Amino acid sequence: MRPPEEFRSDFPALSQAAHGHPLAYLDNAATTQKPKAVLDAVRSFYEKDYANVHRGLYDLSVRATEAFESARRRVADFLEAASPEEIIFTRGTTEAINLLASSAGRSLLQHGDGVLLTEMEHHANLVPWQMLRTSGIRLYFLPVDDEQGTIDWNRVEEIAKKHRIRLLAFTHVSNSLGKVNPAAEICSRARSLGLLTLVDAAQSAGHQHLSVREIGCDFLAFSGHKMCAPTGIGVLYGRQELLDLLPPYQTGGEMIAEVQLDQSSWKSAPHRFEAGTPNIGGAIGLHAAIDYLQTVGLDAVEKHTASLASYAASGLASIPGIRILGPRDHRAGIVSFVLDKVHAHDLVAFLDQEGLALRAGDHCNQPLLRKFGLAATARASFYLYSLREEVDRLIEAVEKTRRYFAG
Amino acid sequence: MELDELYRESILDHARHPRNFGALEACNRSAAAKNVSCGDAIQLFLRLSPAGRIEAVRFSGSGCAISTASASLLTLAVQGKTAEEAEALFAKIQRLLTGTSAPQDELPGDLAALAGVRRFPQRVGCAMLSWHALEDALRAGEKNSA
Repeated sequence: MRPPEEFRSDFPALSQAAHGHPLAYLDNAATTQKPKAVLDAVRSFYEKDYANVHRGLYDLSVRATEAFESARRRVADFLEAASPEEIIFTRGTTEAINLLASSAGRSLLQHGDGVLLTEMEHHANLVPWQMLRTSGIRLYFLPVDDEQGTIDWNRVEEIAKKHRIRLLAFTHVSNSLGKVNPAAEICSRARSLGLLTLVDAAQSAGHQHLSVREIGCDFLAFSGHKMCAPTGIGVLYGRQELLDLLPPYQTGGEMIAEVQLDQSSWKSAPHRFEAGTPNIGGAIGLHAAIDYLQTVGLDAVEKHTASLASYAASGLASIPGIRILGPRDHRAGIVSFVLDKVHAHDLVAFLDQEGLALRAGDHCNQPLLRKFGLAATARASFYLYSLREEVDRLIEAVEKTRRYFAG
Repeated sequence: MELDELYRESILDHARHPRNFGALEACNRSAAAKNVSCGDAIQLFLRLSPAGRIEAVRFSGSGCAISTASASLLTLAVQGKTAEEAEALFAKIQRLLTGTSAPQDELPGDLAALAGVRRFPQRVGCAMLSWHALEDALRAGEKNSA
């Protein structure tokens, strides 16, 4: 990869100051900044090619439709899906999982079936499944054994033998621990037990090479905004033969084949799942984001962010009273930590004054943090434009904060 | 540093050594408040006299320096006040921190240390947490006696 300094000029938001310091944006697990290439693509689309899709017979609408469907083909290619028909555009990971849970809850999953999750799921891959309890669908959980995020995946077999599990839904990369779960190995194990799989790729898409063909999952969800694309666009990937079995999620325009006053029939996937005018501009932006990231190289992005995270974890470890969560090795670009006697909110308020933007809170991971006896952590998360020098500033500022509160 | 305005010396002191911390055994009013954005949770305990005066007040829970200090200051400020006086104080502090009152409308005594929060809108929720619990505890009482 080119040195990260070279990418910074691609991202206009990174050149600003914060409280008199150069902004160090270290909240990339929440959302990433946008490169000019994405902003320009969206602007150019609205200036030259914008109309509604799939309905106009005039040239402008034909061009807009082509741009939108071209984005779908680009995503299919990015994920190594078998066809663009396996790509459903959603608002993001949350909507993708809600779509799947809601539709599968009325088709693939029967009363008495179980869904197996892990204790490290983001609320977006937990609460939508809880909603199915009223349909008699049961939830089971693979325990997280320690603060490093260890899960004994042998337990999948144990649980599947004892209970009627139909689907295993798990996060590829934990958004609070930075733990990387071996998705391909897990899906192969699940397949041999006859389980369907959903991979929550919110933290891995655009941060590492990601192939549904290699992972061998049935479904995968991700958000564009965590990988350089605009907000409001995301994807649910599903294997064609499974999507064919799922009923619609939302209904209305765009998704119907024929409507009568008392009944309607649906288009085939993916359009069956895209009711209403979609986020066309967002899809254009996602297309440009994929182009941008593939030019940089996703293996290089993964290597760079992992190396910064491991540098940050070892540097922070020297601060008295610090407790660092997550794996000791093979950590994604995420480091969560707590400082003894300093609440995470007070800590990030201090870091903000030093120009360091970090998230503090439960990271939509309440059950996991509760298990560790924590209500909140501070979290630094990196991307292709993050600098080693920013990590040095972070370590120094955390130490300064500790001294301030020690009094 | 700007933050010294937020973390004034007395705020840090109350955060490190919260007053009236821990459950109140003989209480007849209590309420919990939770800040969903950060997980801070505070429980407030009151003992109201039959005449409606706050005879004792304590709090427990965990939170950031601002929410802990604010709760600690609250216990000192409302001790001995009537429910009506305490409600008036709640309204006043809310007006001051959310910026709808005139700047000269200063908070009385030690509570003035909280005025720095005004410039940090993202921390107003922290400062108000225990005060919302106070209001709930007082109102729960009204319901019980009605």
